[in-house]
Amino acid sequence: MTTRNLAVVAAGVGAPSSTRMLADRLSAAAIEALRDEFGTQVQASVFELRDTAKDVTNNLVTGFPSPRLADVIEAVAGADGLIIVTPVFNASFNGLFKSFLDVIEPSALTGLPTLIGATGGSPRHSQVLDYAMRPVLTYMHADVLPTGVYAATEDWAGQADASLPSLPDRIARAGREFAARVAVTDRSSRLTDPFALDGSFSVTGGFSAE
Amino acid sequence: MQFGVFSVSDITPDPTTGVTPSEGERIKAAIAIAKKTEEVGMDVYAVGEHHNPPFFSSSPTTLLAAIAAQTERLVVSTATTLITTNDPVKIAEDFAMLQHVSDGRVDLMLGRGNTGPVYPWFGKDIRSGIQLAIENYALLHQLWREDVVDWEGHFRTPLQGFTSTPRPLDGVPPFVWHGSIRSPEIAEQAAYYGDGFFANHIFWPASHTQRMIALYRQRFAHYGHGEEKDAIVGLGGQLYLAKNSQDAKREFRPYFDNAPVYGHGPTLEEFSEQTPLAVGSPQEIIDKVLGFREYVGDYQRQMFLMDHAGLPLSSVLKQLDLLGEEVIPVLRRELDARRAPGVPDVPTHASLVAANGGARDFRPGANRGDNLTDGSPYQTPVEA
Repeated sequence: MTTRNLAVVAAGVGAPSSTRMLADRLSAAAIEALRDEFGTQVQASVFELRDTAKDVTNNLVTGFPSPRLADVIEAVAGADGLIIVTPVFNASFNGLFKSFLDVIEPSALTGLPTLIGATGGSPRHSQVLDYAMRPVLTYMHADVLPTGVYAATEDWAGQADASLPSLPDRIARAGREFAARVAVTDRSSRLTDPFALDGSFSVTGGFSAE
Repeated sequence: MQFGVFSVSDITPDPTTGVTPSEGERIKAAIAIAKKTEEVGMDVYAVGEHHNPPFFSSSPTTLLAAIAAQTERLVVSTATTLITTNDPVKIAEDFAMLQHVSDGRVDLMLGRGNTGPVYPWFGKDIRSGIQLAIENYALLHQLWREDVVDWEGHFRTPLQGFTSTPRPLDGVPPFVWHGSIRSPEIAEQAAYYGDGFFANHIFWPASHTQRMIALYRQRFAHYGHGEEKDAIVGLGGQLYLAKNSQDAKREFRPYFDNAPVYGHGPTLEEFSEQTPLAVGSPQEIIDKVLGFREYVGDYQRQMFLMDHAGLPLSSVLKQLDLLGEEVIPVLRRELDARRAPGVPDVPTHASLVAANGGARDFRPGANRGDNLTDGSPYQTPVEA
């Protein structure tokens, strides 16, 4: 049975956090789908960014991560799939979410199947997935799934709008679609040594030094 | 094993007094620090290159020439010389001149620089940083080794029949270090030429430094310059010391907390744990520096950042005295005792001349007025 590495990142700042709750639900759905539909085992690492909030800020100032933050970055960069969830603050992702992306090498997420989620007080912020999260992750060349999951406060209490799929239904769908992408990627086995040189690199600048 | 002091030449307000030294004061302080470096028994003084305030060091060879004139045995060096935005021809000329006036007490370290606008100010593109470092050094290397150079590259106007003068002292170029924090291309370049590799070591965790140096050693052996242990490795570091640990931390904390490079981020304690920063008693400094060897192997040069973040000259000189009395002798003894047999020292002018089969003294022949068709006056150098 094959194994895939999953990184789950929740940018919530409260404890307990509904953002963490959504991240857990999404990862459970993905793990279940990977197991049942693709026969794939999952090694999941879950991170709440609030635990490294100071490290993220310090990294912005000093230019290097603390060992604890380096572990998070390494797990994310080396994953076969990323589930990343942010709360909505002032109509966008929160600062911690963006600061975390800012301390990652721009190429670290290239080709990484990514499932985005967001939580907010009102359903009116649901487009944050597409106008805020998606562009920044696309810029980083992550492979962002078309389906994301937004959970407003009222979604946690039964069915907010009976004409629409419920939150559990949306989570299950996103989990299945994400699992299909993660199941076929061989990303974690293809990761190159960060010290490897580009094939076109010439140590003498293209002409003989002697 | 060589020990030295390197400076980034920042002019920073002293956070304990609010006083900002003048450029003149800082430049004279650099000379005083370099003289003290020699006086307390250390080997090297190096200064960086910057072209923007608050740094004063835009002309390292001029400053280093003054320092060489006022010292006896100190090696003067740079940390770093910008191989990206300087003309390699001018670097060849400046450092050959410094070699002559200092009787060979010079080496230099090449780097790409980390201030974005410097590139456009000098007509270069930062996105070509690595390519500039590679091509410009290839030309510099050639200019110092061939009396008459024909050359063509991407970044500089071609040269036909060009002789860089003065020729290097005794026919051997200064030893070159390549400095890089994060670019494996630069470790590869150092390895290819059999030059030294310097890991700044200050801002990045030890695990990263360890991997960069391991790569350099491996590639050094690959290119046939010797075994991995024969590679010439330098490390940066920074320290603040006082007779006892508590005083060192208390005295340094306001400087650390406000330092432009790392202030307002991690605490002094966190930063000390994660990087080579050593703040404490002489024994604590000794223990920390001895630890470097455990992850990079036997290395040849250890440089310390001492005069930054607004620390006043009096404090720097006091620390250098303490360093020379209580730290350096112990480090020399301990590192020598632990050193694997056969590990080479940093090449000096004398050792490079010996390896080259003796000194050459260049005397230009009569200039026949036409370097292109008639040959350069350097074409057939007259042996002394």
